[in-house]
Parts: sequence; C-alpha cells; structure tokens
Amino acid sequence: MPPRQRVPEGPAPDPAVQKLRIQYAKRGRLRFSSTRDFQRALERALRRAAVPMAFSAGFHPHPRISYANAAPTGTASEAEYFEIQLREHRDPAALHRDLDEALPEGLDVVVVREAAAGALADLLEASDWVLDFADVDVATLGAATDRLLASDRIEVTRMMKRGPRTFDVREAVLHAQAGPADGPPYSARLGLRLRHLTPAVRPDDVLSALADVADLRPTRPPLVTRSRQGPLREDGTVADPLASATDEVAVTD
Amino acid sequence: MPGASIFYDLEPLLEQVSKPIQYVGGELNSTVKDWQCGGYDADGRELTVRWALMYPDAYEVGVPNQGVMILYEVLNERADALAERTYSVWPDMEAAMRAAELSQFTVDAHRPVGDFDVFGLSFSTELGYTNMLTALDLAGIPLHAADRGEDDPIVLAGGHAAFNPEPVADFIDAAVVGDGEEAVLAITDHIAAWKRQGRPGGRRELLLRLARTGGVYVPAFYDVDYLPDGRIQRVAPAADTVGVPWRVSKHTVMDLDAWPYPKQPLVPLAESVHERMSVEIFRGCTRGCRFCQAGMITRPVRERSITGIGEMVKKGLEATGFEEVGLLSLSSADHSEIADIAKGLADRYEGTQTGLSLPSTRVDAFNIDLANELTRGGRRSGLTFAPEGGSERIRKVINKMVSEDDLIKTVAAAYGAGWRQVKLYFMCGLPTETDEDVLQIADLAKRVIDVGREVSSRRDIRCTVSIGGFVPKPHTPFQWCAQLDPEQTDARLAKLREAIRSDKRYGAAIGIRYHDGEPGLVEGLLSRGDRRVGRVIEAVWRDGGRFDGWSEHFSYERWMRCAEAAFDDTGVDVAWYTTRERTEHEVLPWDHLDSGLDKDWLWADWQDALDETEVDDCRWTPCFDCGVCPQMNTDIQVGPTGKKLLPLTVV
Ligand code: B12
Ligand code: SF4
Repeated sequence: MPPRQRVPEGPAPDPAVQKLRIQYAKRGRLRFSSTRDFQRALERALRRAAVPMAFSAGFHPHPRISYANAAPTGTASEAEYFEIQLREHRDPAALHRDLDEALPEGLDVVVVREAAAGALADLLEASDWVLDFADVDVATLGAATDRLLASDRIEVTRMMKRGPRTFDVREAVLHAQAGPADGPPYSARLGLRLRHLTPAVRPDDVLSALADVADLRPTRPPLVTRSRQGPLREDGTVADPLASATDEVAVTD
Repeated sequence: MPGASIFYDLEPLLEQVSKPIQYVGGELNSTVKDWQCGGYDADGRELTVRWALMYPDAYEVGVPNQGVMILYEVLNERADALAERTYSVWPDMEAAMRAAELSQFTVDAHRPVGDFDVFGLSFSTELGYTNMLTALDLAGIPLHAADRGEDDPIVLAGGHAAFNPEPVADFIDAAVVGDGEEAVLAITDHIAAWKRQGRPGGRRELLLRLARTGGVYVPAFYDVDYLPDGRIQRVAPAADTVGVPWRVSKHTVMDLDAWPYPKQPLVPLAESVHERMSVEIFRGCTRGCRFCQAGMITRPVRERSITGIGEMVKKGLEATGFEEVGLLSLSSADHSEIADIAKGLADRYEGTQTGLSLPSTRVDAFNIDLANELTRGGRRSGLTFAPEGGSERIRKVINKMVSEDDLIKTVAAAYGAGWRQVKLYFMCGLPTETDEDVLQIADLAKRVIDVGREVSSRRDIRCTVSIGGFVPKPHTPFQWCAQLDPEQTDARLAKLREAIRSDKRYGAAIGIRYHDGEPGLVEGLLSRGDRRVGRVIEAVWRDGGRFDGWSEHFSYERWMRCAEAAFDDTGVDVAWYTTRERTEHEVLPWDHLDSGLDKDWLWADWQDALDETEVDDCRWTPCFDCGVCPQMNTDIQVGPTGKKLLPLTVV
C-alpha cells in the first residue's frame, strides 16, 4: 500500500482565548537590531517564558503574533508595539515580568495590556522622536529647525527596496523644537513629531531635509529615539495607543 | 586605558554598515565581566587573565560555534578570568574601521583585542587563515610573532586545523591541539602565576613555561631543516630552549558528563547559519573512514550519558528558548543508547513545537527509524546520507562500509516513511579513483529514484547528489596521498553531470550540486603545508585576500599568482604540496604534533586502503591498535547505562 501524503497528526491547534498588546523599548546597543532580529528574539523569549501562545495550523505552526510599525534599524525606541494571542489566559503583570526577564537586556517590556477593539496598526498615527546631537550647538540646531519649519515643501530622496524614491518631508512634520540635550556627550536635542504617511517619513529623512535647507551636516549622526507613538489627539499631541484598554483580572482554570 | 570600550566611536560606523547587529553583542547568555575581576595583589599588580576568543569567519558563521561557546563559558566561570568574543568583520566594516582608525574589538564589551592577554583563534578550517591576518592587523598586533612586544597578546590557535599549525607558524605564538576545556584553564593558571610573580622573564619566559608542559606548541621554539630536494629533514627544539619537548601532545577530555558545556548557549539576535541549540552527544569516532581527519584526531570515543544529554537539553532549552535541538557528534546514530535518547526526547517534548534533529550520515535502516522518531508529528522534508564513495570498490578504499543494496534499502525505507527528498553526499578525487567510480554515482542516484517512485507511488520525490572534492588531511591514512588536481576533478564531475542530465527519465528528480576543484587545491595547500606556506598566506592577504571560505570572496587566481611569487626561490610549488604523493619515511610537517595515532599504523592503514581492505570499529570489535589509547592514556567510554529519560514534570 503506498503511503498517503502525510498530514500533521493530532487535533487542530487550540484556539486563541486572550489577546494582549505589548509596548516594548529598544535601548542601548540593541537599537542596531532589525525588525527580523527582534522577531526572532521575541519568539524565543516567548518560549523561554513559557507563554502559552496560540499557533497557526499546519506542519509549520507559527505563534500568533502581529507586529506594528517598527522603528528602523539603528534607532532606539521607548514605544514599539506588538500583539500576541494566547491559548490560555495569563495575568498581564506576570507575563510582563516573565517576558522581560526572557528578553535580552536592551529589549525591554514596558506595558502589557488586554487588547481593545480595532487593529493596533490603525492606532499608530504619529510618533514623537528625540534626536540627540553630540557636535551641534543649540543655536545652530535652532536656526536650522526654523528654516525647516519655514519651508512649505522639502523633497528628499531615499533608497528604497525598489530603487530611489523622492518625496516631501515637510508635510509629515507636525512639530519640531530644538533645545539643550540632557548632558554629555550630547550638546543639543531636536524634538520631532512626525505624522505616519506613505511613504513613511523617518527622522533620517528630516536630517536630509535639514542638510538641504540649512546645511546642517553633523559629523556624528545623532542618536535617534522614538519616545512615543499612537493616535493623534485633537490638540495635536500623540496619545498612548494602549490607554483605552482596561486591565482584566486574570482568569485561571 | 586598557580594556575601555570603544563603542561610542563605533556607533557612527554601525549606522552605515550592513547588518550592524553582528557587531554589538548583548546576546542572551553573553557575559561582560569587570576588566579587573581578578583583583590585585599586595603590590598592586593586577591579576586578571583575559582571553579574546575569535572564530575567524563572519559572525553568522562563528556565533553558533560550539567550541568557542564552550571555552567562553568555561573561562568566564573562573573568578580571576574573563573571556570575550570577536569575529571577522565584513569588508565594509573593515574599510570603515580603517578610515576611523578603530581596532579589532570584542562584541561583548567592545574592548580592543590588543588589550587582552591571550588572543585565541578557533580554526575549524584552514580557510580562516587570511581572516586571522586581518584581525591581527586591525588589532594593531604585529603579524609576525617574532615582532611582537611585551604588551601584545599571546596569539593562540586551536581547533581541528591546529593539528597542522605549520602554515601559520610565523603568525601565531602558540597552538593547542585537541580538546580545549582543560587546556584553556591550565594556560590561565600559568598566566595567573606568572602575573602574580611579576612577569619574570617577560613574554618569552611565559611561552617557555607553556611549552614545557608538553601540551602547548610554540613554533618559535622549534627549528625546521630542509633537504636539498625541499622535503623536511628534521624538526627539533631550538638549541636555546631547555626543557621543550620534541613532540607536543593533544588534549583529551575524559568524562564528558563532567563538562556539560555550553550550559547557557548564546542566543544571537542576528540570523546565523545554525539556528538551533546543539548538544554534543559524544566526542570522537572510530568508524575509521580514512579521509576523515575529525574522526582520526578526536579518538577515542567518549559518550555523554543518556541522562547527561537529557539534562543538557532541558537546561539548554530553558536557557535559550530555541525551537530546535541538534544532537551533534561525528556519527550520532552510533551512540550506544541513541534509540532511547531519541524516543525519550521525542516523548518529553511532544506537543511543545520543539524540533529534534540528528546530522544523520550513516546509511542504514536504523537511521530511518531514528529520523522517524524525531519527526513524529512534524514535517518530513529531507534526509541526508553520506555514502562518500560512488562505487563499492572506492568505499572499501575509504573504509566506508556500506553496500549498494544497503543504501537502496535505506532510501526505500525513507521514501516509504513519507520523506520526500534524500540528499546523498559524495567525494570526488579519492585515492585510486577512476572516472568509473564517480560515474557510478549516476547509476546509484537513478536506482534511488526508481525505488523511491515505486515505494511512494509519487513522481515528485527528489534525490540531491552533493559532491565535494577530496582534500587529503594531516593525521589520516591519506596524509601521504596525491590530491587530484582541479582540472581532473572538474572533468570528472562534468562527466558525471552529463551522465545524470542526459537521462531524460529523471529530469528534475535528480539534482546535482558540486563545487569546482579550485578552492580544494588551496585548502590542500594549507592543510598539508609547512612553514614556507606562511609567506603565501601573507602575500594573498596583502593582495586583498579575505573570507576564503566564501565563493564570492575567494580568488583562485590570486592564490596561484601569490604562491608562484612567494615560492620563487624555494624549489617547491603548489603542486609539490598538493598533487605529490609522499613516501613512507618523509618527515611530515605535523609529525611533531602528537594526535596519538601511531604513524606506522596510519601507514599500514594507507596500504590497506590501496589493497581495498576494510577495518572494523574498535567499539564492537577488538582494538586495532591505532595507538591513541596507550599513547594518550585514555580509554573508550561508551554505554549503555541502561537508564531511560523520565517525562519532565510540567510546571
Ligand atoms: C555543527 C557543524 C557545522 C555547522 C556549524 C559550524 C559552526 N559555526 O560551528 C555548519 C553546518 C554551519 C558547518 C559548516 C561547515 N562545516 Co562543519 N561541522 C559541524 C560539526 C557537526 C560539529 C562542530 C562542533 O560543534 N564540534 C564540537 C566542538 C566542541 O568542537 P570544536 O569546535 O572542535 O572545539 C573544541 C576543540 O577543537 C578546541 N578548540 C576549538 N577552538 C579552540 C581555540 C583555542 C584557542 C583552543 C585552545 C582550543 C580550541 O576546544 C573545543 C572544546 O574541546 C562538526 C563535526 C564534529 N562533531 O566535530 C563538523 C565539521 C567541523 N565541519 C566540517 C566542515 C568540512 C564544514 C564545512 C567546511 C562544510 C562545507 N563544505 O561547507 C562548513 C564550514 C563552515 C565554517 N566556515 O566554519 C568538518 C571539518 C573537517 C576537518 N577539519 O577536517 C567537520 C569536522 C565534519 C566532518 N567530519 O567533516 N559545520
Ligand atoms: S587505541 Fe584501540 S581502542 Fe583506542 S581508539 Fe585506537 S583502535 Fe580504538
């Protein structure tokens, strides 16, 4: 008897019973991790922390994780998000602790919340960024920022996967302010609020724009950190995308 | 200040280069220790012994390497020692580092390699030699051992290729052959004592002390004389080196259960070539395949017990979260309790999405049962076997005892169990080989497909034939043989390809993969070379040679051009080192490095090969006197223990 095509044995995977949204930070040297690097590290950390993940079906079951709008390789962030689905309920606080412990230092869990309705990605409308310069003084940075804000349109060109692309930076800039940095080795800080557009305007695009309009060319690239991302409030500030959700009491059985 | 991090200076470079994650460290289970963790003595002398360990290839290849991971952990467990890792930087990073005048650095704490006491390199292959020169140069360490000063690290080579360190003798201060676990601790003891004594006699005295142990080879303490025809006349301790032995012994760790490393395997963020946790289930191999250097130099067989393996898998998975465990060794199906290990682990981890794998190479039905057990509920994509030789005759020459019928039975069982693809590994250029031996690979592959189609009733099964050029290695019975030159290798492979392609009944069912013969010739030069080959390596490196294990970087033309110039006045050439057959009494460049194997036994085995006489395995037949056990005062350590793995209690 010829063997039939093998199918995975056993029952279908357990359904998801809980959806959690997690905010994490990418700090220090691990700002050089890429999105894929993070995904690999996260999947392993979830296993290490024995999180009861829900899996997709098939010979290659995947844990159910959705990622949203990750910061580019090289930028630090205090506000990155993903969502996971569990096949058993877990207490968000306990999961927070276990997952943080299982991730390498520099990839740190900030908040764990029960997911609210709607897609996580839709909540991420804008980001606050902080750019710390080591070799630019506040006055120079301030003047350059004024030039930037005074322009209506600044086109920059960036290499994308499908070749160079030219787009406007100015429209995405909701807010920009120069000031002093926290201390050495940094001398000046630029705070930016960028609206998420397509193509996404990133802080390095703003740097290209600053080079264009104000000839600001730092010899050392600034340290870029996303401090916040979320829905845009009426008043133009960025809200916490997890704030509307409420913590649920853990269900154990 | 020595030991200070250069990370701040590296950051701007990391913004520009490809895959910066490979340079930042911080992997789960990595360690950064205080530069002065060993403290100071009453006179304020600092006592810490510091190792920079390098796998001289790209991070993605080097980071999963078990040898480095083990030594890193063993050393870091010591209170008075620290170890950090460094890997080869890609050309874009090398250029950026040169422009910014930054040193070769460790990924753990980004300390300059030149600040460490020992710069230990792990050579699994000879193709890392040019990468060593890049690292030395970037670190600001003089390329030649003779030019190094008191503050330069001791450059120490280890790993399988170190069994013939002569081609790199000019560049290394010392080499250790064999298992590293105890050796690095012993070396650390010597350095610690020497530091405590106020470094009497400086660098030379330290090297002398190490050399006198009989387990550390210091090339500078040995003189090599040559005969007029270019062969070596004699290798002897130099006149001014009292107490340095004539031969240097390999190290052998007995009782693997006492060395359950790595306990905390590194989990890289970056993608690597080996995305799994590995547990070495035994060391050594006595199957006696005559081409296999690894089998010869790691004798005798020492098994880890089934319970020791179970513990390592459990702890390793807890520490890493890896989704796959590889049971690693030179021939994993040979473990005396492999069936119980496979079943025990499969039971333990059933339903946890944990994959188990065995680098399966042995060709018998038992292997299929094992593979089936390990993939119980999972996908069965491909199985790999290594008959190595295409004809029954050549398999006798290389002592790979498997008949064609066994092979066919085995693959039939594999296709019958639902495996869809079988990969077969072969070598081309084996001693006494003719076109006929290699062409039989085609017939074999066709039979495999015929049988596979029959038992599976499917047309979409595949067989991939993968062929590598044979490179004769030191410390094997084939150390005397002539290597086949690239032209003949390529011609033979072209005939094989034609024989497979021309038969339309098989079409895409048979895939063939082979490497051309040219890199093999360079590997051959480096494998069996002597000290004169060092100038070729240096010339190639100065000419821009890097990453010789990568086809996109390797340049045969460059190697040949540089070799011709470097050998100009020596009377020897590349062919002399590679395609020349050696005679029984020729002094071989590695004779003074003692792998335990008796040279007379190796010669007898070489003669047996030519007579197509096979030799059995000393684990289940009497000792065949290869020499290792009496010479090294070791014993075979095999089970069975009779124990079984108990289910893990779920927490
Ligand atoms: C897993 C594995 C791989 C993996 C992972 C490689 C990696 N990054 O580690 C992959 C699949 C990628 C791989 C690739 C290749 N591999 Co491989 N691989 C192995 C395997 C199965 C295990 C290696 C291992 O972890 N051993 C266990 C560790 C603990 O041993 P170790 O590294 O030798 O280290 C010990 C000592 O050598 C010593 N030591 C090591 N370094 C140092 C340094 C110092 C300073 C000191 C003092 C001591 C010391 O101490 C350690 C502890 O005792 C071996 C077979 C085997 N069982 O050894 C083959 C083996 C090493 N591979 C081999 C080959 C040929 C290759 C490839 C060239 C194949 C190819 N054609 O592409 C590539 C080369 C990749 C590269 N550039 O290095 C050969 C080497 C042949 C030889 N030397 O004669 C082996 C021996 C297999 C064989 N029988 O042919 N390989
Ligand atoms: S000395 Fe004898 S028992 Fe030991 S490895 Fe050699 S053949 Fe086997």
